[in-house]
Order: sequence, then C-alpha cells, then structure tokens
Amino acid sequence: MQPTGVPAGWEAYGDEKQERVGFFTDTSVCIGCKACEVACKEWNLVPEDGLVWTGESYDNTSTLGANSWRHVAFVEQRKPLHVPSEPEPGQTEDGGRGDGDALRWLMSSDVCKHCTHAACLDVCPTGSLFRTEFGTVVVQEDICNGCGYCVPACPFGVLDKRDIASDRPGSMGHKPDLPASLGTKEDGRVWKCTLCYDRLKGGHEPACAKACPTKSIQFGPLDELRERADARLAKLSDEGWNGAQLYGRDPGDGVGGFGAFFLLLDDPEVYGLPPDPVVTTKHVGAMWENMATAAAVLVVGVAAAFLGGRG
Amino acid sequence: MPSLGTSFGRGGATDFQQDLQNSDCIVIMGSNMAENHPVGFQWVMEARERGAKVIHVDPRFTRTSAMATKWVGIRAGSDIAFLGGIVNYILQNDLHFEEYVKHYTNAPVIIEDTYVDTEELDGLFAGWDPEEGKYDSSQWRYEGMETHGAAGQREEGFSPKGEQSGHGGHGGGLHHGEPPSEDPDLRHPRCVFQILKRHYQRYTPELVADTCGCSVEDFLYVAEALAQNSGRERTSAFCYAVGWTQHTVGVQYIRTAAIVQQLLGNIGRPGGGIVALRGHASIQGSTDIPTLFNILPGYLPMPHAEYYGGFDNFMAANTSPTGWWGHFKAYWVSLMKAYFGEHATEDNSWLFPRLPRIDEDNSAYWTLGQMLEGKVKGYVVAGENPVVGNANGKAHRLGLSKLDWLVVRDVVEIETASFWYDSPEIESGELKTGEIGTEVFFLPAATHTEKDGSFTNTQRLLQWHWQATEPKLDCRSELWFYFHLGRMIKQRLQDSEEERDALVKALRWEYPTHSQIQEPSAEAVLAEISGWEIGSGTFLDGYPKLRDDGSTACGCWIYSGVYKDGINQAARKRPHWEQTYVAPEWAWAWPDNRRILYNRASADPDGNPWSERKKFVWWNGEKWTGLDTPDFEETKPPDYVPPDGAEAEDAIAGDHPFVMQADGRSWLYVPQGLEDGPLPTHYEPHESPFGNTLYSQRANPRRQQNQLAEDPSNPVDGEPGAELYPYVVTTYRLTEHHTAGGMTRSVPYLAELQPAMFCEVSPELAAEAGLEHGGWATIYSARSAIEARVLVTDRIPPITVHGRTTHQVGLPYHWGSRLLSSGDSANDLMHMTLDPNVHIQEVKAATCGIRPGRRPRGKALPEFVAGIREQAHARRETAPKAEPADVRETTA
Repeated sequence: MQPTGVPAGWEAYGDEKQERVGFFTDTSVCIGCKACEVACKEWNLVPEDGLVWTGESYDNTSTLGANSWRHVAFVEQRKPLHVPSEPEPGQTEDGGRGDGDALRWLMSSDVCKHCTHAACLDVCPTGSLFRTEFGTVVVQEDICNGCGYCVPACPFGVLDKRDIASDRPGSMGHKPDLPASLGTKEDGRVWKCTLCYDRLKGGHEPACAKACPTKSIQFGPLDELRERADARLAKLSDEGWNGAQLYGRDPGDGVGGFGAFFLLLDDPEVYGLPPDPVVTTKHVGAMWENMATAAAVLVVGVAAAFLGGRG
Repeated sequence: MPSLGTSFGRGGATDFQQDLQNSDCIVIMGSNMAENHPVGFQWVMEARERGAKVIHVDPRFTRTSAMATKWVGIRAGSDIAFLGGIVNYILQNDLHFEEYVKHYTNAPVIIEDTYVDTEELDGLFAGWDPEEGKYDSSQWRYEGMETHGAAGQREEGFSPKGEQSGHGGHGGGLHHGEPPSEDPDLRHPRCVFQILKRHYQRYTPELVADTCGCSVEDFLYVAEALAQNSGRERTSAFCYAVGWTQHTVGVQYIRTAAIVQQLLGNIGRPGGGIVALRGHASIQGSTDIPTLFNILPGYLPMPHAEYYGGFDNFMAANTSPTGWWGHFKAYWVSLMKAYFGEHATEDNSWLFPRLPRIDEDNSAYWTLGQMLEGKVKGYVVAGENPVVGNANGKAHRLGLSKLDWLVVRDVVEIETASFWYDSPEIESGELKTGEIGTEVFFLPAATHTEKDGSFTNTQRLLQWHWQATEPKLDCRSELWFYFHLGRMIKQRLQDSEEERDALVKALRWEYPTHSQIQEPSAEAVLAEISGWEIGSGTFLDGYPKLRDDGSTACGCWIYSGVYKDGINQAARKRPHWEQTYVAPEWAWAWPDNRRILYNRASADPDGNPWSERKKFVWWNGEKWTGLDTPDFEETKPPDYVPPDGAEAEDAIAGDHPFVMQADGRSWLYVPQGLEDGPLPTHYEPHESPFGNTLYSQRANPRRQQNQLAEDPSNPVDGEPGAELYPYVVTTYRLTEHHTAGGMTRSVPYLAELQPAMFCEVSPELAAEAGLEHGGWATIYSARSAIEARVLVTDRIPPITVHGRTTHQVGLPYHWGSRLLSSGDSANDLMHMTLDPNVHIQEVKAATCGIRPGRRPRGKALPEFVAGIREQAHARRETAPKAEPADVRETTA
C-alpha cells in the first residue's frame, strides 16, 4: 500500500506527473441549481437519465450513475441553520438570529471521490480504469469491456454500467450524437466522472466547477483545496453553523482521503453518503495470505489422507 | 415599470446585481432569486459571506430561503400590509434618514386640500368616480402647482399612466427648483411626510401579523434589520420579481418598497436600491425598445386616436417644462428621423399625422377579449407561449380558434401552435379540429447561438453575443424575419398610391445583409438605435446630443451612446478583476453607461460622501466624480439654485438627485401617473379567502375586470360558495425550467431534472384534503381543473389570518400538453383580472380547491368544473341577501 495521501500509480508518471487536483464542494453555498449536472452532461455527452419524477424533494436524479456524474441531493430538515446559543439579555433564544425553529434545506452536489486508494482501479482486469497524471481516476471507454468488477468495489456506489439506452425505464431513448472516438458499442460499459480529464489536458477547469454560479464546487490543487476547506470550516464553526464538517478531507481515512471532498452541514449519512468508507480491496492482501494458508493446509490434509490410506 | 418610474424617474432597476455584495442587508421579496436568477444570486451570497443579513419574505421556503439568514413566511397577496408595516415602524420610531428624506424626496411638499386619504374614505382615495370606476387624479396634486402631463402615456387622456409613465414627471411651476408649497420641517399636516404617517398609522406589527399570517417577532426582525442597516454608514437593498408584479395591486407593491427605501435613504447609494429582477434574458430590453402597445422606444408614448389635435398639442402635452423630459421633442424627432429618414420633415410634422394610433387599452388580454368576440383576424406570436404562460389558458385557446390565421415563431412547436389538434379542449371535445377555421403557420426560429445581438438584462446592461453557428434548415432569427417581412411588404407597396400605405413607403429599411441566408447586420441596427448626426454621420455619444430640428437620428434615446465612436460598446468584455467592481468597461448600461441610477444621492446635499464606507460619487469642488458615470450634470455644483424660468435640467437644483423628475425629488407620494392611488394601500387579491383587515373596500377598486363568460371568478370571502374554493393558490417557476417551458421542456438535460407537473402542499393540507405524497391531486377553480403529482413538504406551511387557519397550494407553471416533459398548465386555473397600470394578471394569489386523485378526462372535465361552479352559484342565489363587502366596486 502507498504512503498515506499518495495515490497508487501516480508516482509512476515521473516527470509527466502533474500536481494532484480535485474538487472541494462547499455545500454551505450550494443553491441547488443543478447547473453542474447539466454542464457535466453537455461537456461529456452523457445521455439523459430517464424522466422520472421521484417526489424526493427537488431531487429527480436520485443517485450517481453511468448517466449522472454529478448529483445534487436535497434534504429538507426541521433544524436551525445555526447552533442555538446562549441568548444575550434582550435577545431571543436563538441568539438574535431569528432562526430558532427554522427549516433547513440542504443541497449538496455529489461526484466521484477520486479516492487516494481506489478499489475500482485495483479490481479492473483490463486496465481500462487508470490513475491519471493529475492523480484522478478515469475509465477509458475504448478499453472497458463491461465486466463490472469495479461496480461492487466502489464504497460509494459511483461506478455503474450504462444500460442499452432504449431498454432503460423512463427513457425517451435520447442519445447524444456520440463522436466516433467513443466507439460504436451500444453500451454495457462503465461510466463515471473523469474530472474532465480532457479539459484538464487542455488547461481548463472541469465543466461543473466552471458552471457553478456560487463557487460551491471549487477546483484546484488538492493541497490548496484542503487548506481552503480548513479555513472555511473554521469560519463556519465560529459563526455557529449547525453540523458543519468536512467529509473526505482526511488522508488518514479508509480510502486515504478523497480527491473530491466536501464540506457538509450534517452527518454524511443524511446526504446518503457512507460515514466511514473503506477501500474494499483493503483486505485483499490478507485474504490472499489466508487463502494460501488454507490451500497449504488443504494440500497437507489431502497428502495426509493419501498417506494415511496407504498406511 | 411605472412603480419605479413614478417614484424615481426611470422604469429600471436602480442598482446593479454585482453591487449587492456591498449591502449590509438584502430583503428578497416577491422573488425567488436563487432559483430564477442563480447567476446574479452569487452577489447575494457574497454579501452573506461578508456578514450581511439576507432576508427572504415569501409564502414558500424556497432555495432562496435556504440560502437566506432569515426566512419569513407570509400569505400570498399580503405584501403591502407587510411593507406598510415597515413604513409605519420607521415613522413611528423616527428611524428615517432625515437629511436624505428632507432634501431628496418629496416629503416636504404640501398637497392640495382636495386630497382625502383612504383612512377617511374607508379604502378609497379622493377623486373616485363610481360610475366610471376610475380616479380623477387631479385631486392628488401638489399645492399651487399646475399639473401638466409630463412625458408619458396616453391610453386614456392626458394623465401619464401605465408603462408609459415608466418615468415620472410633473408640471411646471417650480420656484427656484422647488414646488411652491413646502414645509422643510415636515410638520405641515398636508405635507407628504405627515400624510404618509397618517396613511400607515394602523399598520402596526399586530395588524401585519394578523393580515400576513406571520409572527409579530418575525415582522419586527425584518423591520429592525432594515432600520439598523440603513443610514450614513450602512445600506440595504430590496430585490423583487414577478412575485410582486403579478397582482391586481402589483405596481403598488413595488411602490411600497420604494417608500421604505426612500425613508431609509437607500436609493442611489452602493449596496442600496431596488433591484427589479426581470424574468427573461431581455425583458428589460423589451420595454426599453418595447413589444408593448402603448409606448415607442425610450418610453415615448404611443399617440392616441382621439386625444391630440396635432403634433404641437402632442408636444405640449408631453414635454415637461423641467427635468430631462424637457427635451421630449428632441427624443421624438430623432426617433422619427431614424424611422423615416428624409421623409420626416418639420413641414410634415415629422409624419406625426400618419403614425398609427391606439384607441383603447389594446393590451394582450384586451385583444384576447376581442378575439373571443371574433373581431381579430390574425395574430402573430413570437417568443411567447400564451396558452401556457398567460392566465386562463383555456380562454386563450378558445380565442385562437376564432382567428383566420395564426403565426407562431418559436424554436419548437409549442402548445400555442398546436392548440388546434393537441390541447385540453380537443381532449374534452370543446374544440374539434375539423371545425377550427384558424390557419396556423409555424415558423421555426433561430436560437441565440445562431444569431448576433444584444440582451438588455435586469440591470439595464446591454451585453452583446455573437453568432456561434448558422441556423439549421428553415430556422431564422427574429431580425431576419422582420427585416425581410418589411422588405417584401415595402416591395409590394412600392407602386401604391393609397394614403394608408404612405407611412410604410416612407420607412427607412436599409440594413446590410450577410451570409447565404441574407441575415441583416445586427450591429447596423444597434448603430441606428444609438444614433448619429445626420449631416456629418458622426455617431452620438449620448442623449444630451439629440436635437429637435431633425439634425440627429436615434432609434431609442435612452440607448444613445451604445455605438459611441462607431464602436459596439455593448460588446466590451473586460472582466471586473481587471478594473473596479463597477466594471464600467464590461458591456454598456443605459443611460450613459451608469450602473447606479440617481447616484448623486450617494453624496450628501453638499456633495460629500455620506460616509467613507459608502463613498461612490461625490463633488470634488469642480465636478462630480467617483466610481460610476455621475447621474448628474458633471459641473452643476451642489449649491446650484435654478433661476426663475429655468427649463429642463436647468430647473433642477444642485441638491436634487432625481433628475428625471420635474422637481428633482424622488416621490414618496405620487401625485400623478398611477391609476389606483398616490400611496399604496393594502387590498386583498381579487380572489381571496379573507376580508380586508383595514377597510370594507375589499380589493383594489380600480383593478381591471372583464365580463368574459370564459373568465368567471371564484366567490370570495363572505360570499356563499367561497368555501368551495377555500385555499390560496400561487404560481411560480423552478430553476430547471424557463417560463412556459418551450426552451426547456424540449431539452432532455433539463426536462429530466423536473420531469413532471407537481403541486406543493403542507402535511396539514395533505391530511385535511386526503392527499398522498407522490400521488395525484386535482386542483380546480371556476375556470378549469388540472392534475398534478403531490409533493408534501414543510416548505409551504399553513397560515393563520384573522384567527383562521388556511392553506396555500404551490404550483409551478411550466407545463403544457407537449414536448419531452408534459403536464397540465397551472395557468389554466387562473383568472384574467389585471393590475390597472400595467394590465398584468394576478397569478401570484388566487383561490382554489384541491382533491385527491387524477382529474376527469374527456367531456367529464368541463362538466366537473361547471358542476362546482354552479354549486357555488346556487349557494349564492339561495343565500339571504346581504350588502356585499365590496359594493362600490365597478367593472373597469
């Protein structure tokens, strides 16, 4: 396993290695406009994902998937925006903020986390999934054979196989005019956020960050984003924001930190995110050892049986 | 925007959105800014990050509320009570910005003793004519001052009203720049300040809470926040949108905010102002260079068929002796020279006698009434989807079926184009395709990426965009369509000797074209709008250069200078990080590239900044200078006193910043220009489950009603049958869609984000009406019934008004029967009773009923609607006769 915070495979780029980049999504300023979802689809030619009204607040995307690489979650809560504080004399109980019994409507734009330790990459048998020179994780659509090993490997459920368009429930059968370079496969391959690898190559920021009107989605060198996030959390904590916390910022977590991390206003599970994600291939090494031991025991046992039989 | 026009002088947002970052408090009301103006909203977020209070007052908790530091829920249709309460709070507690109010507003002006307030006449102002159902506004005048029609509108005689009074103005009679009767100490019982105080004295926090359904504490929170964040050192801003305009008292909603902002001294200053958020990319542009029936470019009035003897009378009636409207003739003649070139001469009165005339209100809803009577032959619809976007879609579809021909220009085949084979009335059998005589032409339009042009946005900013790709197939730009249409008409009429064709023959119609499809040059049009000197061909650098002798041509005087030096100023794209935050070199704003209007008010009467923190434009001893183009004559000193007999801008004193007004002051009290009163007063919506807290006059007496059988009203509070339509209903937009949906329901990436029509209801209403989250509901009014999916949410809570709890039903209005995402149209439920000033429908507050399940299909639908309507009618018939609450109301 690589040292904490350094993605596997990235160092191998040598001179071609670029600064590791990522997203810091600050949900405290997300207005839920979904421009990120649309910009992503426009740039990356991602098909429409079915016209299904869910009744889950204003979220009709529901989840990340092969056809939704950004997903804005909407959480309606009866919870004040700020932590109730001791009122000063003459103030109301909410410390004069006037949001004592306020509603909260949390919005958060989710995306592939571009994990430092990415299980999807570990399990990909074709080499379609690879670590880029920017430290991000990308599927190469011309190599992916649709085996799907990566799908259960992702602790966030990001990786997903694209159905045959016309078979999808609720689909209008819309497919964008795909360029020939994407191949002619009717699909069945795995698709996810590339952190706009092609745009990065051209020196541009990813489409979602570019489209975000309130700088909720910030793109940049990961180290810098982490610093920015720490300062932001400190400010919000000072201001008494209820539940403000960073998610995926810590290189010591179960996936070695996210390349795309978040500032949330409640616990991750409130947004449908796993509270304590662990790289699913973490125990593969140990599993091989155990298996080898088991195999050895088996061999010895079998041999003993034969030997015993003769005796 | 006659509300801002009459209050301040120009019908446009007084501030620009980037400047909201400097606000200490932002009140968003009548607007869902985060959802409908997400890009501009970044500056509200910036202000919040800098510590500003962001307050959202709205019936619903929206994405804007979620970002606000405070949300106050109120009943739809009660905003004047809320804002009037703030006015009263300011006045009762002496929190007004005294120096600003005394010098810059008309607070000291004494009003004629003919004026009587609603407080004395139980909800009517002086001058009410019950026979005509109208006011005689001459009873609202300044004392001792002759009322001339300032430049303005002429729908019905000489008093400026409606969009035509997109600017203020008043007659002559100033004495050294002041109206003859003033009390500088604001104590005279008939001075505006005291009238204001009496008018709002009953708007106590308790009355506000009882009327609006909010708590006293929440109301006081807003009032205090505004007062604490205004003054020399601090400024507060208001942002509003159609949540205020789409009411039968919509103009007066905005007027109330204008009063609050004048009292607090927040106009013309950084971080202050009233930001009128416009709902389309160029809606501001479409009133500046109007698609309206009653004005010509630059808010010049469309002549009326009856009220003018001739050109000289027209000039006399429209030219204000004082203020910038003193140059009315220069604006007018320059427009005629742009239209008709050498054909418009002094000798033929610049072709005035041949100009088309209006003869009635002639607005869209009036035209629909004529259509329903079979009096309209043809109709051209461009960039609109009236059967979805306008109130009472069914009446519109029935109207269209009585035309001879209909032209629809749009990017997709919208519901207005398909009414004859795909509509609710075809489904119900009320219309039959084979029996409709209307010939429908659908002409595909080019999108904004397929043409050059400019958008004039919310903050009066003209921003140029370039064509990225050729339009496909038969798609053509609007410019192409109207240019070639005009060209072909002129061609056909070139040999005509008919008198009626003379004007068309006289039209200048010379625009260079390019590309295979002969696209006219949009820049050539912009150059004509900006204007030139005819002799030399020199491009004008602004409207002060316009002349009334026919030596200048200008297509829209307020836009003059946008093609200064022969350069497309609207195409400038220098980013704000390379200049000041005001970014004067990004695009071009009317007038004269000013970003904050009336910015002379950012300095005190002596010309010094009110404070270092709010420094913007000031007098440096020789001239006005600062961060913006001063909205004042550059070298007019602060102590300038106009000599007697001074005219136009020379009659405006050096300490009066509102240079478009005849008296240079902003108007707390509007003596002339509004149909429904000089001061805003709380009336209930046309349809409301509640009576008026203040007066027995229930709704706006001057609201514009109609007698159309296709537009029945629900019974209202106190009337038998009202209980069949017990809930308040309000319509709105979502981020994911654009207005009537033509541009978004057809786009997969947007359609999937909000794929179905739904209604928002509280858990309490769901329980009361038996609605199930995720299920279906049928919502009905006297007009129609629609179905929608049910979204049960805490975000639209029940309200308690006059001790009675009721519910509000929220309906997005984007859907129609076609395109990728289809659904019933919310506007089918709405009535066509209008604001009298601007003829806008009241779709933000009406009444409805709601039941679980899908609506009836086929002919069962009209039967269902009629069944409830007749039941209500029967209850009214059999009820004991009582004096109706609004007995004095007459139909306009």
